Amino acid sequence: MNLDDLEDLAAKYRIELGEADREIRVCVATACHSSGAPGVIHGLNAAAAEPPADGEHSCRIKGVGCMGLCSVGPMVAVAEPGADLRESTLYREVAADDAGEILASARKPGAGPVARLHCPSDQPFFARQRWIVRENSGIVDPDSFKGYVAVGGYAAMVQALTEMTPQEVINEVTTSGLRGRGGGGYPTGLKWSTVSKMPEGQKYVICNADEGDPGAFMDRAVLESDPHRLLEGMAIAAYAVGANKGYIYIRAEYPLAVERLKTAIRKAKRSGFLGNHICETQFNFDVEIRLGAGAFVCGEETALMASIEGGRGHPRPRPPYPAEYGLWGHPTLINNVETYANIAPIISNGGDWFAGIGTEKSKGTKVFALAGNIVNGGLIEVDMGITLRDIIFDIGGGIPGGRAFKAVQTGGPSGGCVPEAHLDIPVDYDSLKTLGTMMGSGGMIVMDETSNMVDVARFFMEFCMDESCGKCVPCRAGTQQMHGLLDRIAKAEATRADLELLEELCDVVQATSLCGLGQTAPNPVLSTLRYFRHEYEEKLG
Amino acid sequence: MPLPAPQTNVRVVTLTIDGQQLSAREEETVIEVCRENKIPIPSLCWMEGLSVVGACRLCVVEVDGGPRLQAACATRVREGMSVQTNSDRLQRYRRTLVELLFAERNHVCSVCVSNGHCELQWLAQTCGVDHVRMPYRNTGYSVDSSHEMFRVDHNRCVLCTRCVRVCDEIEGAHTWDVMGRGSGCQVVTDLAKPWGESDSCTSCGKCVQVCPTGALVKQGTSVGEMVKDQQFLSILARRRSHR
Repeated sequence: MNLDDLEDLAAKYRIELGEADREIRVCVATACHSSGAPGVIHGLNAAAAEPPADGEHSCRIKGVGCMGLCSVGPMVAVAEPGADLRESTLYREVAADDAGEILASARKPGAGPVARLHCPSDQPFFARQRWIVRENSGIVDPDSFKGYVAVGGYAAMVQALTEMTPQEVINEVTTSGLRGRGGGGYPTGLKWSTVSKMPEGQKYVICNADEGDPGAFMDRAVLESDPHRLLEGMAIAAYAVGANKGYIYIRAEYPLAVERLKTAIRKAKRSGFLGNHICETQFNFDVEIRLGAGAFVCGEETALMASIEGGRGHPRPRPPYPAEYGLWGHPTLINNVETYANIAPIISNGGDWFAGIGTEKSKGTKVFALAGNIVNGGLIEVDMGITLRDIIFDIGGGIPGGRAFKAVQTGGPSGGCVPEAHLDIPVDYDSLKTLGTMMGSGGMIVMDETSNMVDVARFFMEFCMDESCGKCVPCRAGTQQMHGLLDRIAKAEATRADLELLEELCDVVQATSLCGLGQTAPNPVLSTLRYFRHEYEEKLG
Repeated sequence: MPLPAPQTNVRVVTLTIDGQQLSAREEETVIEVCRENKIPIPSLCWMEGLSVVGACRLCVVEVDGGPRLQAACATRVREGMSVQTNSDRLQRYRRTLVELLFAERNHVCSVCVSNGHCELQWLAQTCGVDHVRMPYRNTGYSVDSSHEMFRVDHNRCVLCTRCVRVCDEIEGAHTWDVMGRGSGCQVVTDLAKPWGESDSCTSCGKCVQVCPTGALVKQGTSVGEMVKDQQFLSILARRRSHR
């Protein structure tokens, strides 16, 4: 199969899916699902049982992935086929009872939107985003293989398999400047190249979908909205490094994502886009799902591999790195969901195109999850280098209730808090590090003036203490002691000596812990001490 | 007369530890070179003859002046590498780590069967722990005396997992393992059955001998009477490696 054959197939699928003048897209990702999206679809289908009158638009109702504005779900978009979110009429907080009204407005040519539910699609929240990872999110039906191929899906994979050598694929990824989206920011091209240079033989590709940071749900949205995009990226990666087997390690707390991923794998296999002789080439690649049993530490790559192997999810000292000694001792490539989701557009549009977006050292876009005290809670995808102020006050719509902004927490339990004074710093891997926080996987928790930073530090320390695997001493016993100290400070029972001991422990745990969890566990404390030390001192006896 | 063993391709590197120039075989780790050359470096989970876990973090060293510390037990030697094992910073870290261990469970030397023969006690002495700055957790743990010869006292366990590894790797029984996570971790026999009811335990006692503290002891010992003999391990490991 070559690209022309794939285009023919896509055209065939477009006809099979049926022509319609309008699409009514209902978000069926977790947030909207839980706030009543299935009822909305049911209502729309019931209303659509009545055929449109002469001269009215025909409408197709479909469930789609996340549209981003999760705080006002369920979201519904009315659009011409092929239109993106900005070109759609969007509705917010739709209930099943509103279905008839929305359908009537969508069918009637020239009719305006239903005013009381309308959500302007030209507001900064949508206007300032750039969708690469989330290109199909909110547009394609995540359960439909045909829908993905119809919008040009799998073209990058077919292009790589039929027109490029593995080295050319790696060169393209290296040129793009893509860095790991899981938090570390390691250059993806370099990682791929290392695995590909290992001697031929059994190699593995792993997708880390064990997203566990509090307040982060970027990977979940990709998995629930566009699972084929991930499979395509993994297949290209496997081709590039010479692997024939992939694992997706996904947390069991994401049942909807797991279900959609299973469906996607089944359908891709059945259509010859996964498995043996993919698209009639000599390339074989099979994917299996492994469910995480609820341990945060299993997002650490060596612990993740131990867990896939069936052992306790404990990290081990590195080196050797997985690229050299990975799953069952074989060379293994591990990337995050969002990293893989970037691959298909990089191959299709070229590495130079991707490298033209973002900043000098951080290329492309990044998906962020906005949570906490913010008006527009949900998912956004923005160019690297945008300022935190733009994200929070322009795209995010600022702080609700007229309260003042206090800090934004990025990078989850490994990150830190950024105060008002530093909001104009560009968001990229290196700038955030200078502020004592990190990009992390993309969670952003916005806090207003009512938040106490000692409580914030205590919360994250409790998280790290609970999630410590217990293997190394500083993380197991150190986080416990630090939590105890923070608890005493928060309750105003501590002395200045306790604060000194806390800082000493931060240093020890950071420097001596075995894996990233322990090494970064003190970060929330250190960053709140750096910017909000007075809040600690006010509580000392 | 036996033929000389074929020369395997062994490469030797030179490195500097604490300013001292040393040579080592390429596959050796930093801690092995330190032990060979009598460079004192504290360790707890590491034991010659057992696999490396790098868990106690007491043997962390500075490599090539870099900020990132490495566990000496999990770091292989490299040509030209420069290692610092005993800087002020490292001493401070080690002392805090030992304090953390003392505060974590109930280590009361004066009533311990291993008093005077305990590796944790020696570590406290060598690392200069004169008192523990953090509050003791004072959580009570169970004592399992169901085995006819041995006893496990979880109050004195430091979770070094030497017992787990010696049982699995040397004895081949894999009676011991760890359950739980974080500070809820505990070593267990079989699937957390009482030791005396374990089906897999061969009562060889290796776990008791390698245990660094008074957590695993012989029945019938009183304060200070539990003396451990760890010689067997290096002898066994050497004999097996030459087979």
